[in-house]
Amino acid sequence: MIKFTENQLKTPKFMRPVYLVTAGQSKFDRAIPEKKTEELCVDALSMAAELINLTPAELKGYIHSCYYGHFADHFGDQLLGEAVIHDRLGLDPLGNIGIKTGGATGGSTLWEAAKTVASGYSDCVLAMGWERMDEVPTDEGNFLISCAADKDWESPLGHIYTGYYAVMAQRYWQIFGKEEESFRKTLAEISVKHHEYARMNPFAQAPMKITVEDVLNSPVVAYPLRVLDCCLMSVGAACAIIADEKTAMEMAKNSNIKPLRIWVTSGSHTLRPADRRPMDIPLLPHETAEIYQDLEERFPGSDRYPGFSGFLGARMCVYYGYRMAGINDPTEDLDVIELHDAFTISDIQTYEDIGIRPYGQGRTYVESGDCYHTNPKTGQPGKLPSNLSGGLIGCMHAVGATGIMQTFEIANHLWGIWGDIHGDEKHWKAFRREKPADWTNLQVEGAKRGLAISHAGVGSHVTCTILMDPDHLLKADS
Amino acid sequence: MSLYGQAKVKNWRYKLKGNFHFTHSPSPIRNVDDSNHLLGITKPRHMIYLHSYGGEAPFFEALSQGKLLGTRCDNPDCEYQGTLYQPFRIHCPDCLARCTTVDMTDLAKTKGYIHTFMICERAGAFNTLDKPIKFVNIEFEGVSTILMSYLSVGDPKIGKRVIPIFKKFDPTYTITDLSWVVEGTTEEQLPHGFCF
Ligand SMILES: [Zn+2]
Repeated sequence: MIKFTENQLKTPKFMRPVYLVTAGQSKFDRAIPEKKTEELCVDALSMAAELINLTPAELKGYIHSCYYGHFADHFGDQLLGEAVIHDRLGLDPLGNIGIKTGGATGGSTLWEAAKTVASGYSDCVLAMGWERMDEVPTDEGNFLISCAADKDWESPLGHIYTGYYAVMAQRYWQIFGKEEESFRKTLAEISVKHHEYARMNPFAQAPMKITVEDVLNSPVVAYPLRVLDCCLMSVGAACAIIADEKTAMEMAKNSNIKPLRIWVTSGSHTLRPADRRPMDIPLLPHETAEIYQDLEERFPGSDRYPGFSGFLGARMCVYYGYRMAGINDPTEDLDVIELHDAFTISDIQTYEDIGIRPYGQGRTYVESGDCYHTNPKTGQPGKLPSNLSGGLIGCMHAVGATGIMQTFEIANHLWGIWGDIHGDEKHWKAFRREKPADWTNLQVEGAKRGLAISHAGVGSHVTCTILMDPDHLLKADS
Repeated sequence: MSLYGQAKVKNWRYKLKGNFHFTHSPSPIRNVDDSNHLLGITKPRHMIYLHSYGGEAPFFEALSQGKLLGTRCDNPDCEYQGTLYQPFRIHCPDCLARCTTVDMTDLAKTKGYIHTFMICERAGAFNTLDKPIKFVNIEFEGVSTILMSYLSVGDPKIGKRVIPIFKKFDPTYTITDLSWVVEGTTEEQLPHGFCF
């Protein structure tokens, strides 16, 4: 479709308030040969229980149905892996379902979980995501990932997903980046930032102290993208416990954790970018059609929306999500975000899709210093810090877990416990990682509202998870 | 090795000949950091799938005959009647009517331009194309969508006109039978098996 009816654009509605009670995650790494997936899931669930001072058995006693995000059956070579994990977590005979939407699997799992509580079907549910990407060598891994492209029209072309993605990056780089050296450096800055933040995160797979030059000198994958512009391939698990108000408050009553309001929405676009047809830009609450009237003049070649440079799925999930949660301008209304930085360039594209900057101006979010924990230009707190976990470039991309890891991270900030969790020697030691001498607490002080974007492939599925301190909502419940 | 698996359809049923899977034994994976304890096993697997092109089969057959087929919605009740699609869509994405097959070889030869491209140094396992792979997305005048393919001769650039070539000899009956070259390429420069 290229035109949408009022029915299709309806602001989604939850039938009652939905809360994130607690969350947890395992170590993330390229390979974890010493543990089975079920052990990683137990690690994540045990952590979620510990956060609210419950035993795993007590926590399980609240769960009514289960949502499992696991994208690539063929990676783990196990169909119905959900049933294996469900049994190993000792959650039979509760109803459970597997969810798979590529890179957005974690976000989609939260989407299903939140809707289940919102509808009243369950009062408390488990959303658990994982991925096992270490059972094949990297080139076979790339082959398996390429199976998420159209198998007749795209996958036989090199069996390399990066290539299908990179054509979009090239178009953005030429039209909006104007092939400027300064734009290329801005891309590199994102990688430096995410690897640096990963250094403060004991769960993260790729902590690195690197420079813009290091990124620009790393091997080319698909020009202008280099190895250090790309996300990781990971193993790991993450979970979230979602509940209605009464159950959430009861579960968290013996802890310092304040259950957070959660909204999750979803958008989509064609699996093959080839199938994208031109359309009008769907506008976010703080945008007007006027701001895009001269887009083509400013950026010749940008007349075709979303073309190969924007992600309609990302635009649509926030189109629904902002209206649902009462967000007008994300930069003003949010305090911290986690984006799906599959590649440095898609990170910039996403800033525009989700309205942090207008289309064409994504780079200024980085160049202004707004995206940092501490703005390097002013030394003051960044206006809207992003990916303090290290994101997919620095922390992990264990596909089914990614969107849930992001949500765990945002919640840590809203709970004010980011430093306690990420600074805890216990985790550094358990993961055989060395806490850096210059470890810094990346807690966003006073954070009340946050957002996470979970994104699949070339934009086939994108979800928006919004978290808010229930005492700092932007819109009264109707 | 016995006959590598082959298939045909007779009486609307698959008829198979030869081996569709090959068995190899697993081997142990041991942890040399920890007393050589057993950690896991390798799991060899070599198997052949059967895959139907369904309503797209004419498109793949046509490539081997040097033709590029697209489709068009001709439903008079459709808001987007007359829209031309490449990739070939069996059904109209709006009204879901069965589209009409259109031979767009001549259009492709005269009105195809690079919308975007990427030169990819890496490939996944089972890749059959020469590296680096020059991915090109081709925009055609009068066509609603933008085809992904690869450039065999010349340097890609946004806006550059390109011409289709077809693997008429030893076709693979896959999308790799279609490739593109820049204007001015001669027959001698084409890769093995390809013709204009
Ligand atoms: Zn139609």
